[in-house]
Amino acid sequence: MSNLSRRKLITAGLVTAGGASGLAVAATLARRYGLIPPDSGGLYGPGETLTYAAQRLLTRHSLAREFSPEQISKPPFANSVDPLGDEFKRHQDAGFAGWRLTVDGMVARPASFSIAELKSFPRRSQITHLACEEGWSYIAEWIGVPLSHVLDVVGALPQARYVVYRSIQSEWWESIDMADALHPQTYVAHGMNGGELPVPFGGPLRLRVPRQLGYKSVKYIRRLTVTDSLKPFGKGLGSASPEGGYAWYAGI
Amino acid sequence: MAAGSIQGIAVPNTAITDAPRHSALVRVTHWITTLAFLALLLTGVEILISHPRFYWGETGNINTTPLFQFHIPASRATVPTGYGYVLPDQNGWSRYLHFQSAWVLVLTGLLYVLFGFFSGHFRRNLVPDPAGLSAKSLSATIARDLHLRPAREEDAWSYNALQRLTYLLVIFILFPLVIWTGLAMSPAVASAFPGAVSTLGGQQSARTIHFFVTVLLTLFLLVHVVMVFLAGFWTRMRAMITGRPATGEERA
Repeated sequence: MSNLSRRKLITAGLVTAGGASGLAVAATLARRYGLIPPDSGGLYGPGETLTYAAQRLLTRHSLAREFSPEQISKPPFANSVDPLGDEFKRHQDAGFAGWRLTVDGMVARPASFSIAELKSFPRRSQITHLACEEGWSYIAEWIGVPLSHVLDVVGALPQARYVVYRSIQSEWWESIDMADALHPQTYVAHGMNGGELPVPFGGPLRLRVPRQLGYKSVKYIRRLTVTDSLKPFGKGLGSASPEGGYAWYAGI
Repeated sequence: MAAGSIQGIAVPNTAITDAPRHSALVRVTHWITTLAFLALLLTGVEILISHPRFYWGETGNINTTPLFQFHIPASRATVPTGYGYVLPDQNGWSRYLHFQSAWVLVLTGLLYVLFGFFSGHFRRNLVPDPAGLSAKSLSATIARDLHLRPAREEDAWSYNALQRLTYLLVIFILFPLVIWTGLAMSPAVASAFPGAVSTLGGQQSARTIHFFVTVLLTLFLLVHVVMVFLAGFWTRMRAMITGRPATGEERA
């Protein structure tokens, strides 16, 4: 009997040690290949890490589904927007002529672009699905310049790992990894359904990230920061979402 | 085929030998699945409250006609509920816990299904004996259930045909379907596996089917718990916790 329990004890010890070192190796590899999300700490960290890692392994280069013009939702749903402040209203009255998108951080040539300059860049459009975490959705055509082109113009450095983007509404700021930032369907969008981007939908500029839920497509953006770490931003969780209790990665 | 698989034999040989009613792996995966399912159910209801409307097809929002809706207050002011108040927003932690529990359920389920195939658990304990599938035999089982008669001694050691069919439906139809429809709601998964969404009729259809499969799984849970009470709460609980329906003295 004592022999048996000793054997059991040794087996259990070996299994535990093997499991622990296996986990440590997995964690190191996952960190090296960028499979750990910035909100991986805490109670829900394991689930978030599994989701993000699994989707980065399976969906890194996949393209969001595109739809036909007949499938565009009429009318789409803009969701409610927190009151836009005086500064926004001044821009709006001036037809957004003075609105600028500043790009800084780990870039060779920091720059600031007007809407007209962004419109002179290569113009792309996509008819994609936008789903809100609440459960509703619509299909719209989005027009803009691929974020990857903007990053080329400013010369994003090779060690860049994330792009942080901020709205004129200070409570809205988000970040995405380079897989999404360089993705051909991620746009700095300035148009929608064949026209200008309406203010309720994020005009004059919205970052459109079609492989994630709507809250990652932040409205009224005016600053992009290229970085190799999210630690210095806010509470270091990656974006405003985890600070408000929502997941950083919203590809679910 | 072991004698234990044949329905109707008074006391199958599992009772004579010292083998437990439920193997340790079945018992452990049963209770982990129970916890994960309850967490998924609770958080699923919380997420539903933010938009208690259901649609069919790819898109749906408050500008479109719902397939059906629940006339309950919502946790978002944009939903026209007819109520003058908005419930507190619980979506952040609900979504984190929903996806973490989904991982627990999927990984536990995979372990159980692999074990079920390789150990002969499915063949022995869940595949019904053809004789038990006759209309006469099934109706006798249903009659025994509906008359609420106490279970027979052999029922503590083997499942009848109706139980076997129900468990097979839950394990091989309902759980895979609820996982598939859940994944189909993910924009990133939809980008990598578009066919997983189109075969369901769209992302809103996936959400609606996800809801109905959850209703069926919840009904199963309720009937399952009622049957455990009718069959003898403590013998069934003991069997699923310790592996043995009766204590040593009772068996002797």
